[in-house]
Amino acid sequence: MDFNADHFTLMGLPRAFRFDMAALDRRYRELQAEVHPDRFAHAGDAEKRLSLQWATKVNEAYQTLKKPLPRAKYLLHLAGHDVGAENNTAMPADFLMEQMEWREGVAEARAAGNHHELEHLHHRLGEQMRCAYDELADLFDNAPDHETAADRVRRLMFLEKLLHEIDDAIAALEE
Amino acid sequence: MALLQIAEPGQSAAPHEHKLAVGIDLGTTNSLVATVRSGLTVVLNDALGRPLLPSVVRYGKDGAVEVGYEAQRLQSQDAKNTIVSVKRFMGRGKADIANIEAIPYDFVEAPGMVRLRTVAGEKSPVEVSAEILKTLRARAEASLGGDLIGAVITVPAYFDDAQRQATKDAAKLAGLNVLRLLNEPTAAAIAYGLDNGSEGVYAVYDLGGGTFDISILHLSKGIFEVLATGGDSALGGDDFDHRIYCWILQEAKLAPLSSSDSRLLLTRAREAKEYLTFHGEAPISARLSTGEMVDLMLTTQIFNDITQTLTMKTLQAVKKALRDAGMTASDIKGVVMVGGATRMPQIQRAVGEFFKREPLTNLDPDKVVAIGAAMQANLLAGNRAAGDDWLLLDVIPLSLGLETMGGLVEKVIPRNSTIPAARAQEFTTFKDGQTAMAVHVVQGERELVDDCRSLARFELRGIPPMVAGAARIRVTFQVDADGLLSVSAREQTTGVEASIVVKPSYGLSDDEVANMLKDSMTHAKDDAFRRALKEAQVEAERLIEAVRAAIVADGELLSDDERARVEAAITKLHTTALGENRRHITLAMDDLEAETKDFAARRMDKSIRRAFAGKTVAEIEKTAKGNEA
Repeated sequence: MDFNADHFTLMGLPRAFRFDMAALDRRYRELQAEVHPDRFAHAGDAEKRLSLQWATKVNEAYQTLKKPLPRAKYLLHLAGHDVGAENNTAMPADFLMEQMEWREGVAEARAAGNHHELEHLHHRLGEQMRCAYDELADLFDNAPDHETAADRVRRLMFLEKLLHEIDDAIAALEE
Repeated sequence: MALLQIAEPGQSAAPHEHKLAVGIDLGTTNSLVATVRSGLTVVLNDALGRPLLPSVVRYGKDGAVEVGYEAQRLQSQDAKNTIVSVKRFMGRGKADIANIEAIPYDFVEAPGMVRLRTVAGEKSPVEVSAEILKTLRARAEASLGGDLIGAVITVPAYFDDAQRQATKDAAKLAGLNVLRLLNEPTAAAIAYGLDNGSEGVYAVYDLGGGTFDISILHLSKGIFEVLATGGDSALGGDDFDHRIYCWILQEAKLAPLSSSDSRLLLTRAREAKEYLTFHGEAPISARLSTGEMVDLMLTTQIFNDITQTLTMKTLQAVKKALRDAGMTASDIKGVVMVGGATRMPQIQRAVGEFFKREPLTNLDPDKVVAIGAAMQANLLAGNRAAGDDWLLLDVIPLSLGLETMGGLVEKVIPRNSTIPAARAQEFTTFKDGQTAMAVHVVQGERELVDDCRSLARFELRGIPPMVAGAARIRVTFQVDADGLLSVSAREQTTGVEASIVVKPSYGLSDDEVANMLKDSMTHAKDDAFRRALKEAQVEAERLIEAVRAAIVADGELLSDDERARVEAAITKLHTTALGENRRHITLAMDDLEAETKDFAARRMDKSIRRAFAGKTVAEIEKTAKGNEA
């Protein structure tokens, strides 16, 4: 195995958005069982160093492929279509409007200490994101269109951030 | 000591020989050492049959150092020179220490970490901890009849980088080879999980003398995967004592106390807390040096009331860890209780009510961490056969980041990332012709640098002058399997390399450790030169053994020519190590490392191919069955 192999190759998976998650978990554990520094605690320095590098790489591959957003970004990167979020912030006006409405809703619920409403927003947003990821899966696996996929990824970056903020607000209320 | 064992070339030096390795629980209140002997994990007792070593160190005027019960007995009489709960000061500045006014020591502010002024001079918490570790090491070597090849030392999961580094330095100072720093709740999970053949998601609630940890772990088929961890590295049984102490001051209307009197009342507070575990009320009486008498009755109800906020604080950390793990209380299959402070009935009740299940207390909460550490030490020393082992996947407790413009933190590695982990981030210059850049590494969850712990500052110099924004500076964070961070920075665009690896600023420099080693040895009337030589010889032995084991396992990966060269390097190291020139030993070790570099890479490649062949699935399942049996 080449140290520079991509994450999918390392994990023995097809380069696709959808794959067998259980296979990823299994392969991750099999690889760590071989390369983890605990296996080399009594070895020489050279082997310790290699083990640290490989175990780090296996962790990175696993973390990237496990969650849908980093996985989608990585697929785009492999296809030579970096998302370029920093230089490409121009989103369509209707999307931005929708985002503002969401944010107002969250801010109001937070200010009112409305736990129930925050949970409701979390649930609604979760549904919307599930649909968006389904669409993304098609854009990668069924009718490949990296241009559109990159756009959807940028939208999902907004939504993931929003979801995170809702969760933080819920956490703050519970504490 | 076991000197170099010489075997026939090409043969492994006694491959089935049991290597002496221990697990050490370096606790706030008590410390323990345990090992695996004839397949059984045992806590090693002192000469009087006592398993615990109170983590108390007393310095005498004549340079004498007492550790344990004797020091503990004299703590009220000689409070300033008798250091208790030193773990609370590890990797901490003066400002970080809670309730410092009630602690009867002369603190001296020093860069990175406080020092304590004693009759024997200023002592760093690292040196004090090293005394405890030395005592445990001596106990283990006497009991096992040989030199230790290494130790697993446990740390609270919520310890940050500064506290971990300090612990590792203390071990180094005590002459211990650290096989791994292991998180205390994870150690408990090993002891518990392997004993019970458990599968599923477990919570480990670990309330020690000075630290609180909560870890959520997934146990499955010989794999212990930490999903999330949380806690408070300055919350423990001591704080419950302190609440009682404050209550005594208030009830007895006492004026400010001398250091012996406050130590005396803290001791009475602790005794009352322990008494309340089995009784409804605890009498507290003491005669102070001023002649004043304290005579009070502490009831369970009052105790619960004055400590309720502490109990709640632990539950908040539990909630946060569950959220981070993406779990709810009902997903948890069992809650393992660890640490002496979990004996308090109000803690057991609160945890039981929160998880809606009876917490598991069938393992001695004082010993379970040391036992798990011993099991892990035995594994890491290579005493277990492949296929009859397990794997730990642990996480870092706090996010690591960099200071950016405006005192904000850019997170580079988020908390609960599985270790080892690495992440690189690119930065650029903001002025034309800028040739240097300050890098400030912090740890914590807050957005402002000032609210996080500063770990290290360093400057990257020699950036070629360019227009603002043209330079590409790549800062790489690497967290190793001990949870320790190293940071390097490199300018990318010009090919001019300017990289630096920092040892964080709070840690002791290698020179400082060397000096302390020298000092402690002059004290022990030991010969520093002999000691260093012996260490080099032991290290050479360790390396030869590792290479021999590798040849036995994978000798076919070497060509005849390469093998001959490796053998020659081994022979040379052998011979050199029998001599007395430490520098030559180090050089011969470097030679052997160089000759085996490609071999190591091929072996790693073979391991990875083996994972692909799926062999390990069967092995892992075999382990799981072995555990159930």
